[in-house]
Amino acid sequence: MARSVNTGAHTGRERPVKFHVHLRVMPRAGLLDPAGQAVEHALEALGFSEVSSVHLGRAIDLVVESSSAEAATDSARSMCERLLANPVTEDFTIEVVA
Amino acid sequence: MVRVAVVSYPGSNCEAETNRTVVRAGGEAVPVWHRDTRLPDVDVVILPGGFSYGDYLRCGAIARFSPIMTAIQEHARTGGAILGICNGFQILCEAGLLPGALVRNEHLHFVSRPVALRVERTDTPFTTRFQRGDVIRIPVGHGDGRYIAPPHVIESLEKNGQIVLRYVDGFLDVPGNPNGALHDIAGVCNPSGRIMGIMPHPERLADPMQGSHDGLTMFESLITSHTTAAGAVA
Repeated sequence: MARSVNTGAHTGRERPVKFHVHLRVMPRAGLLDPAGQAVEHALEALGFSEVSSVHLGRAIDLVVESSSAEAATDSARSMCERLLANPVTEDFTIEVVA
Repeated sequence: MVRVAVVSYPGSNCEAETNRTVVRAGGEAVPVWHRDTRLPDVDVVILPGGFSYGDYLRCGAIARFSPIMTAIQEHARTGGAILGICNGFQILCEAGLLPGALVRNEHLHFVSRPVALRVERTDTPFTTRFQRGDVIRIPVGHGDGRYIAPPHVIESLEKNGQIVLRYVDGFLDVPGNPNGALHDIAGVCNPSGRIMGIMPHPERLADPMQGSHDGLTMFESLITSHTTAAGAVA
């Protein structure tokens, strides 16, 4: 839901808009996820025998001021690659909402 | 005298023993704070154990951005020796100075006990006073110490001899691999061997009163290898 706002005659440039960014950082598929397994066993112990494939990760919400949703996404990707996710062990997804 | 910087972060908790062990091994310990932007004139940098920045996000992930890290990167670039112990190892991996990552122990428990380690290399500044194949006994204390890396990285570590310490089972009355680390890896070094990260805590078994000095031997290696190097130049 990208939204561009043009300030018109004054500057001729796009004014930065605040985008809400929802990041989801998860253990890489296929890697051992002992925390996920432990929670799965606890759910089974509670009687939720139908549960499987439990994985534990992190959700990170932040606000990015950016000229477009694409730019906000690029910025968030860079944050994930450089700090918020470990490139050796984790994958991430980005959701940007204007 | 060989000078060793011991860098503390908010949440470090092994710097006192580390300082003491440097002194006991014959070096001079120089405390450095994470907000310092310059390293004093030192031969060696040690990143001690603890829980820097509360282990927020991931262990070592925030410490990597502290002001002192630029100077540490420069020390690394110019071939200075760096030893990361436990949380220090995690910081070195997060900073890209060592390959791989340290993740939650396989069994999810914090593990605090002695481990038996085989010394795989003696030509690093950290291991010169051991014999290759020596099995030493020092403690670990960590919740996130399981070393992992992509298969091609593990393969190159094995090929280049970058695995310096390995957990061994059936020695010295202690069980083996305490965390599920791939290839029983307890300590790795960079390709030059000048930067090493280890999960066990040598500084916790370095006082003669404790009945063993395996940890002290590692610090003595670090000090004497620099004394010898300086002597050779002079």
